Amino acid sequence: MRASIPDVDIEAELALQIAAVAASGGAVEIIGGGSKKFYGEALDALAIEVGAHSGVIDYDPAELVITLRSGCRLSEVEALLAENRQMFGFEPPHFAPAATIGGMVASGLAGPRRGFTGSIRDFVLGAKLLDGRGDVLQFGGRVIKNVAGFDVSRLLVGSLGTLGVLLEVSIRVVPMFATEATLAFEHATADAHIRWVNELGSQPYPLSASAWHAGTSRLRLSGSEQGVVHAMGELGGEREDYDWAELREQSHTLFAPVKPLTRVSLPSASPDFSPGRAQIIEWGGAQRWLSGEVNIAALRERASQLGGSVCAFRDHAPGVAVFQPLPPAMLKLQRNIKSSFDPAGIFNAGRIYPGL
Amino acid sequence: MSVSRRQKLALRFREFLPSENVVDQPTSLAAYECDGLSAYRETPLLVLLPETIEQVQQVMRLCHEQRLPVVSRGAGTSLSGGALPHAEGVVLSLAKMTRILKVDPLSRLAVVEPGVRNLAISEAVKSLGLYYAPDPSSQIACSIGGNVAENAGGVHCLKYGLTLHNILALKLVGCAGEIFEIDQRSLHSDGYDLMPLLVGSEGMLAIVVEVTVKLLPIPRCARVVMGVFDSVEMAGDSVAAIIAEGIIPAGIEMMDNPAIRAAEDFVHAGYPIDAEAILICELDGTEEEVIAQIELVEGVLKRGGAVETRLARDEAERLLFWSGRKAAFPAVGRISPDYYCIDGTIPRKALSTVLAGIRELSAEYDLRVANVFHAGDGNLHPLILYDSNNEGELERTEELGSKILQLCIQCGGTITGEHGVGVEKLGEMCIQFGEAERNQFHAIRECFDPLKLLNPGKAIPTLARCAEFNSMHVHQGKVPHPEIERF
Repeated sequence: MRASIPDVDIEAELALQIAAVAASGGAVEIIGGGSKKFYGEALDALAIEVGAHSGVIDYDPAELVITLRSGCRLSEVEALLAENRQMFGFEPPHFAPAATIGGMVASGLAGPRRGFTGSIRDFVLGAKLLDGRGDVLQFGGRVIKNVAGFDVSRLLVGSLGTLGVLLEVSIRVVPMFATEATLAFEHATADAHIRWVNELGSQPYPLSASAWHAGTSRLRLSGSEQGVVHAMGELGGEREDYDWAELREQSHTLFAPVKPLTRVSLPSASPDFSPGRAQIIEWGGAQRWLSGEVNIAALRERASQLGGSVCAFRDHAPGVAVFQPLPPAMLKLQRNIKSSFDPAGIFNAGRIYPGL
Repeated sequence: MSVSRRQKLALRFREFLPSENVVDQPTSLAAYECDGLSAYRETPLLVLLPETIEQVQQVMRLCHEQRLPVVSRGAGTSLSGGALPHAEGVVLSLAKMTRILKVDPLSRLAVVEPGVRNLAISEAVKSLGLYYAPDPSSQIACSIGGNVAENAGGVHCLKYGLTLHNILALKLVGCAGEIFEIDQRSLHSDGYDLMPLLVGSEGMLAIVVEVTVKLLPIPRCARVVMGVFDSVEMAGDSVAAIIAEGIIPAGIEMMDNPAIRAAEDFVHAGYPIDAEAILICELDGTEEEVIAQIELVEGVLKRGGAVETRLARDEAERLLFWSGRKAAFPAVGRISPDYYCIDGTIPRKALSTVLAGIRELSAEYDLRVANVFHAGDGNLHPLILYDSNNEGELERTEELGSKILQLCIQCGGTITGEHGVGVEKLGEMCIQFGEAERNQFHAIRECFDPLKLLNPGKAIPTLARCAEFNSMHVHQGKVPHPEIERF
């Protein structure tokens, strides 16, 4: 399987391309598999294809670390990990078969497990980056504990390609669980679910996903046979087959029919944000999806008061800012950080905010 | 430093701080002249002890106006000189900000001031069945603000993560006195995720004034099994074999013979003093789960060549098994006038190579080395035994330490897993990172602190510092950094 992941190093070509763009005062849009192109503001810049930059640099399952070129297909890497009974601990969405490791890291998007085991950032250990000067920089490493220098490799997670071209990344992997089971419970209201699932968090159950929609709460348990059986005994509920991949990929019918799609991020125990509305609540209450038209400005104001934010995730009208605006001082700081990597503003400029 | 400048500045700070919270007497300043790395000492101009966020802001505004370097300090337990004072600057101690502001059991978080001790958080929430997971060995004394600054680890990192993985929000005061917040209670951050930059930034980007920590449910059951080995290599291979079984232990620690002897002599944990290595492996979860996993681990240890496995019979014995490991540093302190702790991290597969290399170096430098090892995550703590009263021995010890760190880099590891760079490992930073990376670090720092007032001279070496370091390490007749002028 490892052999089936193409081993192609185009670092030198990419560096030349970037140097040429920098010299001509141009700008680029970095494209891996194009599966998450919708996420962020639309760009009008020269496309730089990095999907061909592929290969497994290092993978020794006993080290629990894999080092990959950024163009590796996510599906192929997951298959390789699965052969060794390992996986990524953050259940990344693909959104298309062409999804790459680089896009996974740049978007920072994680799936149902994220609410319980951690974000992509939590698992990234090191990265190699092509910056706006055409220099290749290496940060972090391939070991789990490393506090030498500022933790730039983790800063790259979710930066949507605005700091440079991700060339390689080292990611901590986790063993696959021996057993998984889904339990269903009735909770008529979102608030009842939110309270219940947060209370469960205080118990040492092996929870790995939660979802609520239309009066039904679902919990996924992942762990050792004994741990899962024990928790099932205490929790009760109905055991059911539930395809968590549909939730992860947003291919579930709940996401499909009504556009646009809005993501609300809140501290997990925050009360129901949209009573009476069709919604999916996952991540123990921290991530809530609304489909259909919303008053995004009003939502953002309320979310902000609760310590959260609202993302115009998909299919919103042109002109609606995708991400919740930052306070001016914070935006200025973040623009300065971008400039420190990309002084001429070459990479994905404006993808997150104006100037970022 | 002129006495009058010190007195003049003290007057300015006393305009908004209680008089006794401005330390300006030489005898009192002496208490702050070093942290846990006591070989380095410096007397600061003043030590300031604000009690509120507003006072921290006022301190920072005045320091900014006066262009005074600021070294922030928690409990002063750093092992890398992170809190070493600056002779021309102030020490900003957060030690008086010790309130636990809020505990929210439903959201499983606590909001605390930076001076709160690590262990005090777990103690405060124990009755709720919760705890704060990162447990550096200094957890009785070290403060959460310092933990954030250093991205502190501990023996449970493999399963529960470092400080970074257990922080939900930070309130910070920037170099000009402005407040800003990083709030990730929603598990999302808009724009760049600055948390990983700030956690572990060694006081060089901002002052941490409030920390929101994640609380975890206390596992229902935790048990410890000890494996006794005739060789450190076999013990190291057994760690990989346990992980290959798909088990992530709550903690897995290795000690070599000198460390075992020192610890046993000190705390009488029941360690076998003739063993070349022991592994201490803790498993947690539900009782059924732990029983099943213990059985698996015992099998792996035996197949891996353990001459004996011992299961702690009860909670008291579990704590006893741990006591020797947790007391390893002071135990070594009893058998040697001084010891110097190294903090390299390596891929586990390089363990045999690195340990053999350390043995050779130990013989070459004629200094004893005891090894304790966070075996699960590859974080090695060689303790070099020396006597600072012997002429030149400290210098030889530091050189040996540097050689060990360079060996860690060669094996694909890093010079610091959890203790930070501080002043101690500036030279090795020049080897681990190239000039372009170091320039990027400096550029990031200047985004937060353009005047470079926060903990100057720490963590990220200047070009000149690296030129000086490398001048002592000329390789194959080639001088590193030929672009730098030399004098």
